[in-house]
Amino acid sequence: MNNPAEHSSDPIARLIEEFNKLPGIGPKTAQRLAYYLIRMPGENAHGLADAIVAVKERVAMCSRCFNLTDADPCGICSDPQRDETTVCVVEEALDVLALERTHSYRGLYHVLHGAVSPMNGVGPDDLKIQPLLYRMNDEPITEIILATNPNLEGDATAMYIHRLLSPLGIEITRPARGLPVGGDLEYADESTLGRAIEGRQTF
Amino acid sequence: MRLRTYKSQGLILRQYTLGEADRILSILTPNMGKVRVVAKSVRRPQSKLRGHLDLTNVVEFSASYGRNLDIITEAQARDDHPEIRSDLSLLSQAVYVCELADSFAEERSPSRDLYLLATVTLDLLPGSEDVWLVSRWFEARLLDVAGFRPELEACVECGAELEPGDHTLDLAAGGMLCPECRALGVGGKVRVSESAMRVLRHIQRSRRFRDVGAPSIGERIRKEVEGISARYIRSILERSLKSEEFVRRVAESEPLRYATD
Repeated sequence: MNNPAEHSSDPIARLIEEFNKLPGIGPKTAQRLAYYLIRMPGENAHGLADAIVAVKERVAMCSRCFNLTDADPCGICSDPQRDETTVCVVEEALDVLALERTHSYRGLYHVLHGAVSPMNGVGPDDLKIQPLLYRMNDEPITEIILATNPNLEGDATAMYIHRLLSPLGIEITRPARGLPVGGDLEYADESTLGRAIEGRQTF
Repeated sequence: MRLRTYKSQGLILRQYTLGEADRILSILTPNMGKVRVVAKSVRRPQSKLRGHLDLTNVVEFSASYGRNLDIITEAQARDDHPEIRSDLSLLSQAVYVCELADSFAEERSPSRDLYLLATVTLDLLPGSEDVWLVSRWFEARLLDVAGFRPELEACVECGAELEPGDHTLDLAAGGMLCPECRALGVGGKVRVSESAMRVLRHIQRSRRFRDVGAPSIGERIRKEVEGISARYIRSILERSLKSEEFVRRVAESEPLRYATD
């Protein structure tokens, strides 16, 4: 198959190739983005390039919660207003953003960087579970919220952590499951609908 | 004219993420064997399919034929095994069962027996007093269905009846060796104690799980039998199963739940 990048000059071909490596971007989109960048004002293009370099040079993991941050400890861990007794365990750094957007949670986080996926060879040792156990010793934690994804792998991860933490006698919770806002009842699966009914609240 | 879509029941054995929000699912069906289908946007919260399409679920689904992979158009979970999802050791065994079934299933080749075996095994797990025994029975039946049943009654080389005592399993030949033939073979061999052999034969002869009963098997023999099965399966697949390690980790972190000698 002809690669359209072959007919372009070298820097353009390189840019197309680089865009093409990004998730969800195919050769056509890569081409469109590259030609859009060429037409973009110089300062915008430089701004983008600087942001990419900065993200690679300055963003690292918070040594306490393993969230991605440019300062260690991260903004959430170093915020004195946050409740240090509650830690919400999530799979990915993106989940922290999602929970922060709710403005309903004021505790700290712990990012596992994945979920147990036995068939793909991802075991408990590949996740940040051990540092969570160290945190249990060093910090005044009284509640752990296991907010891993509500699927088989997320459940496996939550149950594994629950098994490790239950001897400590702290409160271990899991976010409720139910119907999504704007969803259709008829399309809900039995498990979600069942849990939604079980967890119904007075109207 | 070839229909553009098809419907089937199936067991979701495996999943891989694809792109931003899609998943590739490996589904075991009774009439088409293993099919690989794309579930579009299934990782988005708004997806109507997402609750139905999770590992170990038995689903009714429709899919349209694609150039490489088919695309799921509708799905309805028939059994999402809630008991398995709420128990870590059941879940680890269920994942192992699914990975084994996925490894032995052929794509686009009818596999009614394998489908029935895998779904029956997942149904057996929650009610069983001895989950370990369910998994060993599944392995034995799977080898049977897939045509790799090991010869445990007679010498696989000369056909001589085996005397009581310790024996040797020849991995490449797929069965036990008598003392004379043992000296001749050069392939990978596993020593099998008399007690482990009794357990292996008993499980192999039990066509239905209820025929296995509730034998009292000590921890040492359990380890040995499990090791022999794992090595035999590894020699057929020429690789290890990734979920084995997880099953071991989970088993190590829990108290024993079955009767031992």
